[in-house]
Amino acid sequence: MELTGNLVLQAIEMLVVLALAPGLTGLVRKVKARLTRRRGASVLQPYRDLLRLLRKEVVLAENASWLFRVSPYMIFAATWVAAALVPTFAIGLHFNWTADLIALVALLGSARFFLALAGMDVGTSFGGIGSSREMMIGALAEPAMLLMAFTVALVAGSTQLSNIVAFMASGEVGIRVSMGMALIALIIVAIAENARIPVDNPATHLELTMVHEAMVLEYSGRHLAMIEMAASLKLLLYMALIGCVFVPWGIAPADAGISGLALGAALFVIKLAVGGTMLAVFETSIAKMRVFRVPDFLGAALMLGLLGTLLLFVSRSL
Amino acid sequence: MHGLEFDIAHLLAGSLVLVSFMMIYQDRIYALLNTFALQAVLLALAVAWQAWIQEAHHLYASAALALVFKGVIVPWALHRIVQRLGIHREVETVAGVVPTMLAGMGLVALSILLMLQLTAAAENPLAREDLAFALSVILLGMLMMVTRRNAVTQVVGFMSLENGLILAAAGAQGMPLVVEISVAFSVLIAMIVVGVFLFRIRERFDSVDLESLDEFRGERR
Repeated sequence: MELTGNLVLQAIEMLVVLALAPGLTGLVRKVKARLTRRRGASVLQPYRDLLRLLRKEVVLAENASWLFRVSPYMIFAATWVAAALVPTFAIGLHFNWTADLIALVALLGSARFFLALAGMDVGTSFGGIGSSREMMIGALAEPAMLLMAFTVALVAGSTQLSNIVAFMASGEVGIRVSMGMALIALIIVAIAENARIPVDNPATHLELTMVHEAMVLEYSGRHLAMIEMAASLKLLLYMALIGCVFVPWGIAPADAGISGLALGAALFVIKLAVGGTMLAVFETSIAKMRVFRVPDFLGAALMLGLLGTLLLFVSRSL
Repeated sequence: MHGLEFDIAHLLAGSLVLVSFMMIYQDRIYALLNTFALQAVLLALAVAWQAWIQEAHHLYASAALALVFKGVIVPWALHRIVQRLGIHREVETVAGVVPTMLAGMGLVALSILLMLQLTAAAENPLAREDLAFALSVILLGMLMMVTRRNAVTQVVGFMSLENGLILAAAGAQGMPLVVEISVAFSVLIAMIVVGVFLFRIRERFDSVDLESLDEFRGERR
């Protein structure tokens, strides 16, 4: 009986994540449009786009291999599982024993692997450029993410997200300069991984500087829907991760009742709205950087993660 | 595990190390000078916090000295010099940013390991932690002096090195105020001397790039 309850709760969590993700993307677009004095499409527009794409037929290139057709589903599945592992409104869900920060990095890494392969599969020049740039960004962002995970794990004594959140919410952390560094490192990594503005422009289809859009240029129909959905999920995942590790207040504990869960869910939606607005403000106030500056930007994240670990080492060994 | 006092001291000293890294990361001279001023303000806060926990009132004076001399006067004077000399806005480095950063991380790891080993006998965790971070700031200042070619940025590296010394002195409990004041004044004197040197170097070579000193073989009349 308890098992069924847990499974139902986990299923609800996965569906909530899936349902909220396009809304978050829509919100970011809307706020960005308003900030540049345009009216912008409705917040619900991404849902409509996805439905339209799902109904349309798929146009495949003649020389596309099976990999090209399989990749969207692999990317979507890996990202969805990763997003389901992050505690969004409650901890102690059924899958949480697998919700490890390192597993999370690995899942996102495999999604990136398929995306890069799919970008090169058809053999267009744009896809190749996009894939090579994506791998360059990934090669720098993943170590930074891992170092940030080590910093957090050293503070909380666990790499399992549920335990980390429980520890952070308990207020035993105190003031830690390392956690501040880890937060900045995670934000930089999140910006780079989600192809947001200083690194990549999510709205462009024309420039030579695009990274993510270049890889998915050949996709259409339901394949494109899968990939767009995965991109929205990834954005939501990073926001939920920042929210649950650094502002864990209001997340329902493992033994919470219905009211606790409802409160957690409401606070989660509020956190997402605040995070999305802040992302939009940040994106409108900054210029896109040259691709060759990106290693410096991500190098700062790597350095912050490493420094955070080192400083923590001092305070722990005293 | 150590309480709030230790946490805040750790926060301030750790931020000093972080700002040292930010100075290595900067590639504009004015931004570098502002970061240096920020480091001096943080240093003043760290020293004042040490004064509060140790109940050593003379350390407040050190904090005030750091704030006035290094947070205001020195950055202002360097701003003036950069303007008067019409130096390039970009910082010229010997190696790239990323290798320098990695070297810096190595230095920080080295100084932390070394200091924690060396001070293992000491009781006070605050002093040990302060000394470890102070050595990191000193080594990062030296690294900055080594990797910059422009004379102004080398001065900034030197001043940041001196910040580390003050941090060490504040943590170690027992540097008399007289020493502190004389150090502050000698830094100012050094600043004036360096300023004069800068103008002389520029007069002779039409640049403040210290590379040209390497090839200089004395006066030719």
